Amino acid sequence: MKKLKAFAAPYLVWMAVFIVVPLLMVAYFAFTDEEGHFTLDYIANVGQYTNIFVRSIWLAIIATVICLVLAYPVSFILSRMKKHHQGTMLMIVMLPMWMNFLLRTYAWMTLLGNNGIINNLLGMIGIGPLKLINTEGAVVLGMVYNYLPFMILPLYSVMVKIDKSLIEAASDLGCNPVSTLFRVVVPLSVPGIMSGVTMVFVPAISTFIISRMLGGGSNLLIGDLIEMQFLGNAYNPHLGAGISLVLMVIILLIMTIMNQFNPDDQVLI
Amino acid sequence: MKNHIFRPLCAVICAALLTGCSGAAGTGSGTAENAETSETEESEAQTLTVSDMDYYTRFKGQNLSINVYNWGEYISTGTDAGTLNVNAEFTKLTGIKVNYTNYATNEELYAKLKGGGTYYDVIIPSDYMISKMIKEDMLEPLNFDNIPNFSYIMPTFVDPAYDPDNAYSVPYTWGTVGLIYNTTMIDIPKEDIDWDILWNEDYADQILMFDNPRDAFAISEIMMGYSINTEDPVELTAAANKLKEQKAVVQAYVMDEIFDKMAANDAWIAPYYAGDALTILEDNEDLDFVVPKSGTNLFVDAMCIPKGSRQKEAAEMYINFMCEPDIAYSNIDYICYSTPHSGAYEMLDEETRNNPVSYPGNDYLDENTTIFVNLSDEANLQMQTLWTEMKSAENETPNRWIVPVFLLICLGLMIFVLIRRHIRNKKDIY
Amino acid sequence: MKTLSKVYMGLVLMFLYVPIFVLIVFSFNETKSRSVFSGFTLDWYAKLFRNEVIISSLMNTIIIAVIASIAATLLGTLAAIGINSMRKVPKAIVMNITNMPIVNPEIVTGVSLMLLFVFFAARMNLEFGFVTLVIAHITFDVPYVILNVMPKFRQMDPNLFEAAQDLGCSPFTALRKVILPEIMPGVVSGFLMSFTFSLDDFVISYFTSGSTSQTLPITIYSMTRRKISPEINALSTLIFVVVVIVLVVKHIIETKQEQRNRANGGDEE
Repeated sequence: MKKLKAFAAPYLVWMAVFIVVPLLMVAYFAFTDEEGHFTLDYIANVGQYTNIFVRSIWLAIIATVICLVLAYPVSFILSRMKKHHQGTMLMIVMLPMWMNFLLRTYAWMTLLGNNGIINNLLGMIGIGPLKLINTEGAVVLGMVYNYLPFMILPLYSVMVKIDKSLIEAASDLGCNPVSTLFRVVVPLSVPGIMSGVTMVFVPAISTFIISRMLGGGSNLLIGDLIEMQFLGNAYNPHLGAGISLVLMVIILLIMTIMNQFNPDDQVLI
Repeated sequence: MKNHIFRPLCAVICAALLTGCSGAAGTGSGTAENAETSETEESEAQTLTVSDMDYYTRFKGQNLSINVYNWGEYISTGTDAGTLNVNAEFTKLTGIKVNYTNYATNEELYAKLKGGGTYYDVIIPSDYMISKMIKEDMLEPLNFDNIPNFSYIMPTFVDPAYDPDNAYSVPYTWGTVGLIYNTTMIDIPKEDIDWDILWNEDYADQILMFDNPRDAFAISEIMMGYSINTEDPVELTAAANKLKEQKAVVQAYVMDEIFDKMAANDAWIAPYYAGDALTILEDNEDLDFVVPKSGTNLFVDAMCIPKGSRQKEAAEMYINFMCEPDIAYSNIDYICYSTPHSGAYEMLDEETRNNPVSYPGNDYLDENTTIFVNLSDEANLQMQTLWTEMKSAENETPNRWIVPVFLLICLGLMIFVLIRRHIRNKKDIY
Repeated sequence: MKTLSKVYMGLVLMFLYVPIFVLIVFSFNETKSRSVFSGFTLDWYAKLFRNEVIISSLMNTIIIAVIASIAATLLGTLAAIGINSMRKVPKAIVMNITNMPIVNPEIVTGVSLMLLFVFFAARMNLEFGFVTLVIAHITFDVPYVILNVMPKFRQMDPNLFEAAQDLGCSPFTALRKVILPEIMPGVVSGFLMSFTFSLDDFVISYFTSGSTSQTLPITIYSMTRRKISPEINALSTLIFVVVVIVLVVKHIIETKQEQRNRANGGDEE
């Protein structure tokens, strides 16, 4: 098959120009000033936004954990259904993901507003109005809602491969359901958990729409900060590149650590 | 007091509704409907008449196109019944295709232009952004021979502070910034309402604030008696501290979203632009609008041609077209801002013309309002830094070393895991 | 246990679907209110179809998605064939770089491409708009095609290709007759995946769009920021209906095929 190597050539060129070079340019912008001289000022300035980084990481972790807790039973139930029901059910679970992401977030704006549907319903039974929108909780909710399917899918695809007889064997050998879950199912689904966690964590930490639409502009996240430097109020691509670089490094480090738990790592990063 | 504004608006809406359906049909298909409604004044706007046909048709057949970059919802589109579709009319008349895209803030527009790689022919920035762009040599001087309709612009708006020789811009709309509030929730009499209401703890979590440093700083500067164009670092810092105090009572920092949130009663009070505020009052009759007595900012949005425009003459034709009385009227009718165009002003009904919110009179404008001009780079940078700091500030500022330390810990953990795995692999071999 | 899992699935589905149904219901609302339903109307749909900005950005979105996903499928399939025949180390390097756009936060990819295009624009006659959008979409689509096609090679007998050549096939015919049919399912799913990602992408388009064209998600974004009109709900409803129809048809076809396979192949399971 060696002769076929040349087939990759067009892609290799494309990859170099549109994946590698742009990332190098981010690094270049981060370490130079407007005249193109080397400087560490912008990277140093990123330290100023420590609280935004801390908040983003924290909210993303909360959203990821909630997604995992919500999605785990869903995937397990799905994987234990009858074969011909599984496909239909999976489609029903994934269907909302096909709606445009902005529209889905907008729907929550409608629901959570001070005069929104939830507060109206609560008002009818005499509670409220609660402050729902423009809070960190609303941002986390938006993340969970938008990224939940990203957690369900990898978990499901791992669990569906767990042989039913393994679980039966465990209970035959005296395991109660709880210890079956933690000693058989969970260890076998670790790769699914890992890829689910990264698929939720990465978009959650870098989002700027959800925080803007549901967070009311006072819960800035890293994504907002980057967007502000390139297309927003504070035009400063060098600082923006610096922040992007730091974000990228954080994510790559986290991914590397996560991958260590993954038994079959095709992906080195 | 409230009815004072509301009644003329009702008249406008009713007129629009009455003539609306027939008007929309008129542009679409035939002349029959047009004939029926030809007495009403709306239908005049429907059948477009321009001053000089030869001027507009000279590029016909050349397949030109121009890129127009405008604020969202800032041109008459013909979707609402009774209005002209301005861009479609322009293409029909001149044969020039219009690529029309939107931005949400002056800064977004600036970033898109500054970044390069974009070729716009007509942009509509606000006052201070125009002076910034002039200073940075980002605008083309206009050839006013190609814009004869500039003669319609009212003298007050010619040679403005942001463009002293009036070489680069043609005013499109203007207005003042005021407060929009919910009369059922706020029981302070209208004449007593001033900017400090935005700091009032009784309305905590019901206050919206501008998500834009220039507008937000202006409010706190007015309250503290500074000029809204101050470049004094001490005054800027003081204004920022004032904004920091406000953070505890603010529900959200928003711009355009104010429109929707106020209309849906999601908040009680917000600063907003007079023109948009009038449109919201149409939707929600509990709302009212007041221009605080301690003064405000007068804004002007004007049409410019950025450097790098490839179709300068066609762009000037577009600007001239926007100054055709019929078109200017159609736009102002749709946007509801105040017009600097004398022709369009004449076509407005009397009640709108006498509305003190839209047209408070030149004396009032001179005494109580100030126009933004561009600040020095240092002042801009300081304002920007103070703003981001204010927005990201929490009660306690975490140590700036947290992130680097966190990264180091991650790195350490990674190395540890790799070494452990390496050792384990070695063991496996034996 | 059975009922408990049914209740749980019901709750999760409610969480996923309630916002969407709220959007749909209020697309028929007479007034602009987002929380009180006052009467039935179809006006918003009529207005939606008269809104030229929406219609033209919809057309842009579809054209860009079609061009980008076809180009990405060609590029990606060739790349997968080539990469598969590489030696271990270069293969690992290429695969790691290929993973970058998937692993990296979208905002970083968007920003890095924006910097690249700005660089090109200053030196060549590149204009932000249609071309940059297509390039950006191809760039984030290709990795998905490659990742869909690569596993098919692993399932394939590596000797098949050589066997075909030994039996007198030219390398090209062997490729066409032996390899292509084997990897076809991966190619198709890669194409579908990149098509849907292109249709839905907001973040990367936001940073790479320009003066001549704007995609639907960007238009939706500018709509959600300003005077939100029920037109947007009408649009959501139409998108939802189209998605449901497409998925249901796809599902029915797949189920039929499966049944046929089962009937033909006997007890495959």
